[in-house]
Amino acid sequence: MATAIAQPVERENYLNKHYGVGSWLLTTDHKRIALLYLASITFFFFIGGFFALLIRLELLTPAGDLVQADTYNKLFTMHGQVMIFFFLIPSIPAVLGNFLVPMMIGAKDLAFPKINLLSWYIYAIAGILMLHCMLTGGVDTGWTFYTPFSTAFSNTKVIEAGLAIFISGFSSILTGLNFIVTIHRMRAPGMTWSRLPLFIWAHYATSIIQILGTPVVAITLVLVVAERALHLGIFDPKLGGDPLLFQHLFWFYSHPAVYIMILPSMGVVTEIIACFSRKRIFGYSFVALSSIAIAVFGFLVWAHHMFVAGISVYAALVFSILSYAVAVPSAVKVFNWTATLYKGSIRYDAPMLYAFGFLGLFTMGGLTGLFLSALGINVHVTDTYFVIAHFHYIMVGGALMGYLGGMHFWWPKITGRLYPEGWARLAALIVFVGFNLTFFPQFILGYLGMPRRYYDYSHMPEFQVLNVLSTAGATVLGVGYLLPMMYFLWSMRYGKPAPDNPWRAAGLEWQTPSPPPTFNFETEPVVTWEAYNYDEIDKGHKEVPQVVG
Amino acid sequence: MAVSSSSHEDVHNPALLHHFATEEQQRDASNLGMWIFLGTEVMFFGGLFCAYLIYRLLYFPDFAAASRTIDAALGGTNTAVLICSSLTVVLAIWGAQTARRGVMIGCLILTMVFGLAFLGIKGVEYKQKFDEHHVPGPSFNFENVPVPGHPDQMANPRHAQIFFSLYFIMTGLHALHMIVGLGIFTWLLWAAWKGRFTPEYHTPLEVGGLYWHFVDIVWIYLFPLLYLIDRH
Amino acid sequence: MSDHSKSSPLVTYFAVWAALLVGTFLTYEAAKLDLGKFNAAVALTIATTKALLVALFFMHLRQASEKLLKLVVISTIFFLFILLALSMADYGTRYFPNSHLWS
Repeated sequence: MATAIAQPVERENYLNKHYGVGSWLLTTDHKRIALLYLASITFFFFIGGFFALLIRLELLTPAGDLVQADTYNKLFTMHGQVMIFFFLIPSIPAVLGNFLVPMMIGAKDLAFPKINLLSWYIYAIAGILMLHCMLTGGVDTGWTFYTPFSTAFSNTKVIEAGLAIFISGFSSILTGLNFIVTIHRMRAPGMTWSRLPLFIWAHYATSIIQILGTPVVAITLVLVVAERALHLGIFDPKLGGDPLLFQHLFWFYSHPAVYIMILPSMGVVTEIIACFSRKRIFGYSFVALSSIAIAVFGFLVWAHHMFVAGISVYAALVFSILSYAVAVPSAVKVFNWTATLYKGSIRYDAPMLYAFGFLGLFTMGGLTGLFLSALGINVHVTDTYFVIAHFHYIMVGGALMGYLGGMHFWWPKITGRLYPEGWARLAALIVFVGFNLTFFPQFILGYLGMPRRYYDYSHMPEFQVLNVLSTAGATVLGVGYLLPMMYFLWSMRYGKPAPDNPWRAAGLEWQTPSPPPTFNFETEPVVTWEAYNYDEIDKGHKEVPQVVG
Repeated sequence: MAVSSSSHEDVHNPALLHHFATEEQQRDASNLGMWIFLGTEVMFFGGLFCAYLIYRLLYFPDFAAASRTIDAALGGTNTAVLICSSLTVVLAIWGAQTARRGVMIGCLILTMVFGLAFLGIKGVEYKQKFDEHHVPGPSFNFENVPVPGHPDQMANPRHAQIFFSLYFIMTGLHALHMIVGLGIFTWLLWAAWKGRFTPEYHTPLEVGGLYWHFVDIVWIYLFPLLYLIDRH
Repeated sequence: MSDHSKSSPLVTYFAVWAALLVGTFLTYEAAKLDLGKFNAAVALTIATTKALLVALFFMHLRQASEKLLKLVVISTIFFLFILLALSMADYGTRYFPNSHLWS
């Protein structure tokens, strides 16, 4: 098939400029670093997914008959830790952000390329430590490390896991730092703030959260490790400490962390919706500012994770009201995306299918978040599958869909190859069906009272049907994830060579060859047009002044 | 942010990295990067300050009793030492700006001497605490220490242990940052010796200086909070 | 644009240095007075003044050409303040039997 097509003479690009392991492990090219991250996070996605598979297998039957209770505790703990810290938090920023941020603003690289490479090494070291921890016994505290169980009672490798996550935090901090300085200092002439792609605004807001929030969880993990090693008493009620202090400090980061995971995805979805509706984004400044608002408001709501933990009812009231407020900027975005779609010329390529999936599933996840913000409902569904369904709708139905959509959208630019569109659309549908089959039953299960983190529900055997549906869905979902892995790999060798701008999309990154040369632009671009100028592009005006010779 | 024409147009300062258009852009980027990094450090220490704030309010009498046993004179001396070291840092940068190599190198050395003095005094303090069995852990002992102002009321040893846990973690983390700072300044001293810094380019000095000042600022807060809770 | 070397006169540096040392001495002495609740406020006010002096003059924040650096500092302090203040929403209203506040 592909062999019949004459391969064009390969231009020099960032992929073929240097060969050899050393040229990859010592690179400072943001595009190569993005691919280093792509490989590592995919690896951890498999590991996290493997744990999920075991969890779902256990829950096929009410009895705890697949693994022991302690093992099950380790499974859900490590599923959460791996997926959150080693997959979701890096995912879009470290892969798509690293690759695209400099290109979208017309720069040759990030502000600090060596620190970018250091970020990846820090992540890799943290990952190796985490792997070692998992292989030598694992940790069973829940990804939330609640004290005093984690500091005084757990017999698992809490210190090692805590240190691994502590180290990975610095990778996140340095990436955020790099993005902020880059976006402030390295925009090409004419690339004003109001002409920036909303993907950039989203990553800017994400970076603010990364640099302000991550250090707090870092010091909290230091305290947990110190307390566990030295029996200090900071979180131990027997010694005068308050276990809730840990929770306050932990959730001060971990709530904004969920915005680290969703904001970049929102940025991706904005780019895709504009391109596949052939329209400017409706309400550009609202979308841009709502990203910043999410970043700011996201820091004000953390104790909604602690409503039943023992905080005072007055604190609960304050945080409940603030949690309603934080939903507003997200809703603003959903309205703006919908208005963008209205009267657009919609194309249903794979990236757009993922974007549609995102719209519906993120909205559901977000609305159920509002249910959880209501104190009365929260008391009823905390620590049940309702919460699990809520955050998986956002993290998987939202963030992961956005990630997959973005990978498809920019794949031609990154690799210079086209993926097979038919298979991609099929995979997107399989993912959507599998996802809903996995997680919708969990809303019902939670509402009916099935607790989370239980490996044995034999006192509630009536829940089995919904659990079986959920596990069946997970299998379908797994197939849906394997398909892209396979055809992406296939396309790198056998895919059709991609043109510079296969989607006729707006954005400076599309004004370079696919794949781009190492320094992105031959001459520094000078921007004189507004973002998302699809009307100009589609009228056949000479597409934005070419910047590459 | 157009490319400005400077006299260096044809002969780039070797310190100008390829992905920056001008030296000014590079310097501004480095500066902004360090300030943001210091922002993360503020949040890093901030978590500890939060824990400290809460326990100080809840257990004030016990914290006051514990605070009285650490040496405020040594703490105050250390504060003065760090203030002097911040002065020598700005003087070193001024030396670079005005091409006074002797001032630059001399002040860098003085800064490091002050830093080492700080660590030495800290070591003396820690030793005192160790000898008095105030280090949290199995050998911790804080029995029969009266609460300030109430000689008949004894401080709660468990709450005092929380004070000392925070004391050691906060000052220990600070000392760790000092040590890293000394490492940075060792490199800066070497680079200055090699003649890498000129009035046009001395960004590493500025950026390293920012870090050092930050470490000073943290101590400016630690001193009254830890050492001077109730000294009357 | 003007040369960015931010050279403050030496006089300013030495004046700030002297002020910092005086501030330290004041903090130490003020702690020996019984001001009740205001001891902490006085100590923190002096500390904040000293920190501002270091930031504005030694770290050259005063001469920062854009407002961006000041925005970074203010934002950081704001979010730290949020951590402290909203935590107090809980700690200020919760019952702690072992605390002197509730006995």
